Amino acid sequence: MKEQDEKKRLPGNENEAPYEKGGPARTGVFPSRGWSNISPFFAFIGGWAIRMIGNVGAIAVFFFLAFVNIFRSKQIREITNQVYYIGAKSSLIVILVGLFTGMVLGLQLFYTLVKFGSVGALGSAISLSLVRELGPVLTAIMIAARAGSAMAAEIGILRNSEQIDALYTMGIDPVRYLVSPRIAASIISFPLLTAFFDLIGIIGGYLTGVVLLGTNAGTYFYRVQSSLGMVDIRGGFIKSLVFGAIVSCICCFQGYFCHMRNDGFGARSVGMATVSAVVISCVLILVSDYVVTSFLM
Amino acid sequence: METPLIEFRNVTKRFNGKTVLDNINLSIYENQVTTIIGKSGTGKSVLLKHIIGLLKPDEGTILFQGKPVNKMKKAEWEDHRRKVAYLFQNNALLDSMTVLDNVAFPLRQTTNLSKAEIEKRSMKRIDDLELAEAVGKFPSELSGGMQKRVALARALVTDPRIVLFDEPTTGQDPIRKNMILSMIIHYRKKYGFTAVMISHDIPDVFFISDRVIILWEGGVGFEGPYEEALKQNVPMIDEFLRSLDGFQDQLTGLLSREAFKMHYSAMLGAAVTETKYSAALFGVRLNILYEALGAQAAVAVLKALGEYANRYFNSIGGFSARHSRDEILTIFPHKNLAEARKLVEGFSHELENGVVDHIKNIAWKNSDAATCFDIYIRAGVIEISPEDSIEEIIQKGRAEQEIISTHRCDLGGKVQ
Repeated sequence: MKEQDEKKRLPGNENEAPYEKGGPARTGVFPSRGWSNISPFFAFIGGWAIRMIGNVGAIAVFFFLAFVNIFRSKQIREITNQVYYIGAKSSLIVILVGLFTGMVLGLQLFYTLVKFGSVGALGSAISLSLVRELGPVLTAIMIAARAGSAMAAEIGILRNSEQIDALYTMGIDPVRYLVSPRIAASIISFPLLTAFFDLIGIIGGYLTGVVLLGTNAGTYFYRVQSSLGMVDIRGGFIKSLVFGAIVSCICCFQGYFCHMRNDGFGARSVGMATVSAVVISCVLILVSDYVVTSFLM
Repeated sequence: METPLIEFRNVTKRFNGKTVLDNINLSIYENQVTTIIGKSGTGKSVLLKHIIGLLKPDEGTILFQGKPVNKMKKAEWEDHRRKVAYLFQNNALLDSMTVLDNVAFPLRQTTNLSKAEIEKRSMKRIDDLELAEAVGKFPSELSGGMQKRVALARALVTDPRIVLFDEPTTGQDPIRKNMILSMIIHYRKKYGFTAVMISHDIPDVFFISDRVIILWEGGVGFEGPYEEALKQNVPMIDEFLRSLDGFQDQLTGLLSREAFKMHYSAMLGAAVTETKYSAALFGVRLNILYEALGAQAAVAVLKALGEYANRYFNSIGGFSARHSRDEILTIFPHKNLAEARKLVEGFSHELENGVVDHIKNIAWKNSDAATCFDIYIRAGVIEISPEDSIEEIIQKGRAEQEIISTHRCDLGGKVQ
């Protein structure tokens, strides 16, 4: 009888037979102890997957609404402001990163190519690396860190101080006013900054490869010109367009819905949204880089 | 029967499993001022946010002019929403814009008016709310009271049909509170909008309210005129209303209506047969003063009247309270009619000598120098008997009111 008392009963089924410690009666398929221990794990995975799918859907709808609203009236002024902020004001950081990336590439590739007696291919190697991969990716990461974090923080603060609700009550669509110009400006600015990055990177490679290490300048620029085709430039620009859309959408989304986060409220939610915006943007830049490259090849 | 402008039918709203609005039924009528009161956390702001669509009910329906909101087409709903303005509790000003940009912002974004016209309309609202000196400043450079007025200017700049005020007077001093309430009532008359307001500024808010809705434990505890609310026999609600009323009228320093009632009952309880009582009902026409001199001067006149009455009549054992926005009732125990008239005469001389310069200063600062108005203060002196209720005394006082004091404008212009 004492042993019987120790047995648990399922909640709501107190009249039914008690089950043994460690889970329901053995079914013959799952061992009772192991099944009860791993079910929370599957529940966690399932919950996470459902949340992720929900978030992807929400981001897709968010992007669609923002993109459609780009073409509404009274957007030009705000888009111009954002192009200035996201594009023009990011040019210094892009120059610096582009210059040093090109210079490092020049150094590394020079000493590698010397071993194979093909220093003449330095211009080709630098220009192709920059135009196809490094230019779009590094530019996108730099802008995500600089302008993307600002987008998430600014929109997050607007959300927390009810300024987004205020826009709604004034009859102004907050997505149209806040998000659409940023997405439009990113789609415009990313390819332009990428082109800038590529140009400065090639000059950086020239500084180390030609000025510092003595490669022939004519050979360098001839190789740059002859090896770069329109297909490479087009591919780089397609990538930067995709990155622009992804970075701006993710950063705006994180800020816009920072009040719905379950890892913090108020100022903390803005901070967490900013961190998430930059981290997710960087990861998605690399993931989408692979996807786009595989389509272009 | 009149169709309500906005109607809540069995509306329930929950947040994280906690029910904030529980099966709410209420009506808001056109061209009225409806005030919502209730303890903190009873869902007053949540209720307002449902009206403008910032929140949607979990259950139940909200009707606009008899039409369910959830069955409206998007364009129809947007059309309704544009007629509603919302004044947020924390103002929600756009903090990266100046005062002028904040006020002009709804016009710039939602209309096709010319730049000059937008600036003209915005400046008109800014001037109305006495914010001209702050026009180029950012919200963070303004005091809480000024921020509230900027938010009010922004809410009114589009001439909305319905304005929702979420605690418009919170954080203001008594004069500013009355100014804002005066402005609300003035603009409501001028533009004919419907006002729905959350406020605890008793008694002033009730002087301007047509209906009161008391939210109580997730539901509607009372819906109707304030006088009816006071007659309710729900002890908790009664206690809540009395706690809001307090003992003193913040603006004038006079007794609150509840405290006045207690004094009056105590006086009658101690009454000896054949004792004579008299009363005087003082009044200024606040609406006319507002039109002529602006909100600040109008409220200053009322404040001065209250303060002088308090000082003058307290010393001889009288007690006073405001019983409407611009009427003060004073009871003179142990004074017959002739004695009371003499007292009021002395009071009127004191008013003319003491207060006129102060009022002139405020008035001239706020009005056009070419415009000139006289300020009339009226009083009705009557004899009362212990059987008279306060309402009856007020009625008699009104019937007897005549001008007792005139503050003449030196320029001798238009007379009000």
